[in-house]
Order: sequence, then structure tokens, then C-alpha cells
Amino acid sequence: MSCIEQLKYRLYLERTSFKEAREYIEKNSEEVYYVDPGYRIFKDYYIIGIPPVAMGVRGKELLFTYVKPCHGTFVMGIDSEEEIARLRENEARKVKGSLKKADKAKAEPNSAPASFADIYRK
Amino acid sequence: MSQGKSALLVMGCPEVPVQISMVIYLAHKLKKAGWDVTVAGTNAPVKLLKVADPESYYVQKMADLDQTIADIVEKKYDYDICFAFMHSDAGMTYGATFSAISGARLFAVVFGKNAEALGESIDYPAEKIVAVATHNPAPLKNKIDKVAL
Repeated sequence: MSCIEQLKYRLYLERTSFKEAREYIEKNSEEVYYVDPGYRIFKDYYIIGIPPVAMGVRGKELLFTYVKPCHGTFVMGIDSEEEIARLRENEARKVKGSLKKADKAKAEPNSAPASFADIYRK
Repeated sequence: MSQGKSALLVMGCPEVPVQISMVIYLAHKLKKAGWDVTVAGTNAPVKLLKVADPESYYVQKMADLDQTIADIVEKKYDYDICFAFMHSDAGMTYGATFSAISGARLFAVVFGKNAEALGESIDYPAEKIVAVATHNPAPLKNKIDKVAL
């Protein structure tokens, strides 16, 4: 059992589908971030989910999905400024990574530059 | 050649009877073909399996589902093939997770009353084995027997 169940949590949805849980987080959070399945929170809980896995921030509270095989999906809320900061950092790293990729793609075009003579012949 | 290759069987909620039967069958079949087989699940299906196979004749390695996910995410271990058993939305969610975190060739084994609708909704990379089977394992067994490894 994950340590999450021993933390002070609030349940917002119980025994629902993953899709409904994701929609709840998207509609009820001030900030929404998308993580890959397996993203770790609270030391030893690895998020189970169908991508895109939404995680929300509402004030000091982190909203996330918690899946149990026999009981379905739950939306949980736990106050944790530390986890929220880590989530924001994770997002910033992703944006930085995708910007780097975009810069690289601009610098290295796939096709070789065309000469004026080639274009003129067409 | 499957000698030395590893297979993971992921059990979902055990409320549909065919699951335990098919897990034991598939674990034994893979072992006989030379695969190193691990069966992962939560407490409930693991207990059912231990009672059904008290001397570990069919299943030698069992693992906790959460720990298995942690080990794969932390890159401590991964498998060559993975059969994820599912008959509910939660099972589908676990299947999607294994598809995302593991490099294993993934088989989504979908069964139960709503198997066809559930199978159609799988949009992550997985080879689907779908059979409407709850009490009678034959339809699922026939499909599993056709899988070429």
C-alpha cells in the first residue's frame, strides 16, 4: 500500500472512471498540468493513468487521480506546497526541452537548401 | 527462442472468475516454453493464486503490483513481454500505464461482459486479445493459444 492512504487527504470523486476523474480535475483546478503515467508523488506513489494524466493545483492543494483495480478511480486532494513546486518545475523542464527541440529543428532543416538554378528549372 | 526471456502477467481485480484460471494456464504455458514468468497483482488476486497453487507448481514468482510499477519506472527491472488482464475501466488504466512505462511487448487481455466495448476503447500501443468470457475460460484460452511469441 502506498503512503498516500496514510496522508491527510480529501476525496472529491470516488469509484468513477478515469475519464471523469480527469475532467473533474480539469474543471476544478486553478492550474492543470499533464504528466506521464508513472510520475512519482509523495515519495512512493506512481501515478496510474491513461495519457494525458491531469494533475491540478487549487491553492495549496494538489488534485490527482488515484486508481485501485477493484474500486476504480478516485480524485484526491492533499495539501503540499512541496509537490506543487515540483510539478511546476517538471512543467518548466518540459517547456524548456520542447523549446530546445524547436530551436534545433530550425537550425537543422530536413532538406538541403535549394539552389536558384534548381528552382528556376521547375 | 524464449530461453532467458522474461514475461510479466498483470492481474486486475479478481471478481471475474476466468482471470485466475487464465493466469495459471498462461503462466504454466509460458514457463514450459522457457520464459521466466512473474505474476503481479494486488493482495486479492495474489491470495487467490497462492491458495490455488500452494506449492508454486504453476507460478513461481509473484510480485506486488505497485512495487512492480515502481521498479519499472525506476528502471530497476523491465520485461520482454507483458500480459495485462483487464475487464474494467481501472484495468484499462493499468494497461495504459504499463504501455507508457515499460518497453515490453504488451498484450491487453480483455475479458468480461463488456470485453468488446472495452477492447475497442484501447487506443494505446498494445496487441489486443479480446473475448467475452466471464465463467467459461474457453473463448479466452482459444485466443491466447493463437498468440505467436
